[in-house]
Amino acid sequence: MHSWGFQVDALDVARWQFGVTTVYHFLFVPLTIGLSVLVAVLQTMWHRTGNERYLKLTKFYGKLFLINFAMGVVTGIVQEFQFGMNWSDYSRFVGDIFGAPLAIEALVAFFLESTFIGLWIFGWDRLPKRLHLAAIWAAAIGTNLSAYFILAANSFMQNPVGFRINPDSGRAELTDFFAVLTNKVALVTFPHTLAGSFLVAGSLVVTVGLWHVMRNSGSADTGAYRFATKFGSWVVLVSSALVVLTGDIQGKIMTEVQPMKMAAAEGLYTTESPASFSVLTVGSLDGSREVFALKIPYLLSFLGTGDPHGTVQGINDLQAQYASQYGPGNYAPIIPVTYWSFRFMIGFGLAAAAIALLVLWSQRKGRTPTSRWLLRAGLVMPVLPLLANSFGWIFTEMGRQPWIVFGEMLTRDGVSRSVSLTEVLTSFTAFTLIYATLAVIEFKLLVRYARAGVPDLTPEPADDDTDDAERPLAFAY
Amino acid sequence: MELTTVWFLLVAVLFTGYFILEGFDFGVGMLLPVLGRDDRQRRVLINTIGPVWDGNEVWLITAGGAMFAAFPEWYATLFSGFYLPLLLILLALIARGVAFEYRHKRPEASWKRRWDQAIFWGSAVPAVLWGVAFANIFRGVPLDADHEYVGGLLDLLHPYALLGGLTTLGLFLTHGAVFLALKTTGDIRQRAGALAVKLGVGTAVAAVAFLSWSLTIRSSAAAVVLAVGAALALLGGLAAARVRREGWAFTGTAVAIALAVATLFAALFPNVLPSTLDAAGTLTATNAASTPYTLKIMTWVAVVFTPIVLAYQGWTYWVFRRRIGVQNIPQH
Repeated sequence: MHSWGFQVDALDVARWQFGVTTVYHFLFVPLTIGLSVLVAVLQTMWHRTGNERYLKLTKFYGKLFLINFAMGVVTGIVQEFQFGMNWSDYSRFVGDIFGAPLAIEALVAFFLESTFIGLWIFGWDRLPKRLHLAAIWAAAIGTNLSAYFILAANSFMQNPVGFRINPDSGRAELTDFFAVLTNKVALVTFPHTLAGSFLVAGSLVVTVGLWHVMRNSGSADTGAYRFATKFGSWVVLVSSALVVLTGDIQGKIMTEVQPMKMAAAEGLYTTESPASFSVLTVGSLDGSREVFALKIPYLLSFLGTGDPHGTVQGINDLQAQYASQYGPGNYAPIIPVTYWSFRFMIGFGLAAAAIALLVLWSQRKGRTPTSRWLLRAGLVMPVLPLLANSFGWIFTEMGRQPWIVFGEMLTRDGVSRSVSLTEVLTSFTAFTLIYATLAVIEFKLLVRYARAGVPDLTPEPADDDTDDAERPLAFAY
Repeated sequence: MELTTVWFLLVAVLFTGYFILEGFDFGVGMLLPVLGRDDRQRRVLINTIGPVWDGNEVWLITAGGAMFAAFPEWYATLFSGFYLPLLLILLALIARGVAFEYRHKRPEASWKRRWDQAIFWGSAVPAVLWGVAFANIFRGVPLDADHEYVGGLLDLLHPYALLGGLTTLGLFLTHGAVFLALKTTGDIRQRAGALAVKLGVGTAVAAVAFLSWSLTIRSSAAAVVLAVGAALALLGGLAAARVRREGWAFTGTAVAIALAVATLFAALFPNVLPSTLDAAGTLTATNAASTPYTLKIMTWVAVVFTPIVLAYQGWTYWVFRRRIGVQNIPQH
């Protein structure tokens, strides 16, 4: 196992770069996944009812969606290139299996998303209404489909299935592609990730709607904002229920296929039945000394096995088992990271749901919320599920360590041998700088356009007296 | 035909499609400060590619994915070996993609100017570096017997590769100018057409020199025919641009790019990345390939979905076929 001393090597920096670029990429992806569908729903409501309120909301949230969408696209290219650039031995080892879902994602999902988003942005006056509505749905479907293929690829790293190791080349080879696509980790991670994404998108809808309801009550568009606030709150509540439900199933599958990760989630060193779940622990997490812990009895057993008296294996026992199975080495992840990221994921997610409930309560029977605390809570709301998503991924990926493919390849064996420390430091610095700059710009733009509110709908120009070649574009960059 | 050959062809087709489509995007981006004399004109230029640039870029993502899936060794060696050039390409594509979306989001001139610079450099850097990269793939790079790249950055920057970079730069500039002449009206259309001819002459010289040099490195009968075809298509395109036959001019530059890429791939086959050191280090369509099972699945997916993608992407170009000019740019 790699030691965490002061000596920095290319492997450490490559890992940090992957972590930073991936967490960053996934700040934008959930909004793209969730908001594409919510905007499509709003546009469908306009289409069905003819009520202009929904058209205004479609255009308003569509604008915020697009500001975010661009960032998701450009940071996604880095992800695809990075496997080859920084993890070339990993790419060689799993390419036969791992490349296929990525290629299929591009061909089947990403083309759909990118092409139809262009049609939607610029097609307001170029396409018949129904076709224009179909364009946003096609983009939304492409986005959500793309998540499936990426998660299927990631799930192979958590729970490798449908492959064999070629004894001659030492590489993993695909034997059953259907097994890779129906990996049980993928089947449960997909709805979990989607629900987590809708949690972010719903929260943004609430935040912006609530701000306008409270700041500009009485304006002509208050009705639209009130609707948006309620709509977003319900999205948050339903998706948080789905996050919990799928997360529960995920915990049980994790206990089965990656028991070390489950043990690391609790910092459980010795096997216990029943095992309790600590809400928080103060003290040393290396198992040597525990100062204070708030524990809920039976909960970890229930989370891991579905049985309050079920056995949850401890880190020490698993370590001994893996050492005899895979040879000497440290097979436990960094426990404070897994312990706290697991709790932050759950805590931030639940906090968003709680705020959504408060928001709904504050608007019951047509009331206008006035509490300044509610407004403050509403403003931080989208940050909470974003943090929950980030910590979820940090837990998932850090909890798999020291493996890059669980049980098959160690992370340290997957790194590119031909890339020097200087090169990877250069790229890490460059990505961090450009990402930080763009984050500030994007955030300011989102705030600016969120404050600006729903657009005034300009009446469509009459077709008869304007020459098509002279008419301004309905939308232009 | 063997599946490895099918996938060699498919990867070639994907990169060809990418260079044709994003080629004119890059050209438009680089011509922004040249042909766009004021903000409205610059907006005309950007909006000619506005609805399509993102879909065009997916050709690269698909080409990269296909390379990873079908030839993992090629993908792994190439992407780790060409680390810094690819980093620059990524940074350029990031800045450029965001710039299209954000440029019009604020009214200040300084804001727009900065994004214009991002569009210019974000287009120029990849336009040069793709040529450098493909020249190196074609010529071969130092690979050890494990197919690991053992050269440095300077090993990628020799005169032949720089000529390759100059060639793609010229081709994309010309292609972009021709595209603009085809998609705009009025003053921009006139100036783009005239500029295309001027740029095209220099590009033709560079392209002929580059392809001739390439054929002295490795060659085949088919490659010679393709190279001659590329030169003729480019000259035909320029002739058409001169007489303002913009559709034909665009067809000419598109075919020239396609045939130039095809020349390289045809002469390269069956190699995918030759080694300049140990012959055992050379990656071929066979030793870099995935298993037949993976290739079979990927082939089915490609057979079913490629026509669908081509159909709806083609339809997008049809939807946005109208020329635009300054009169079509809305106030906001």
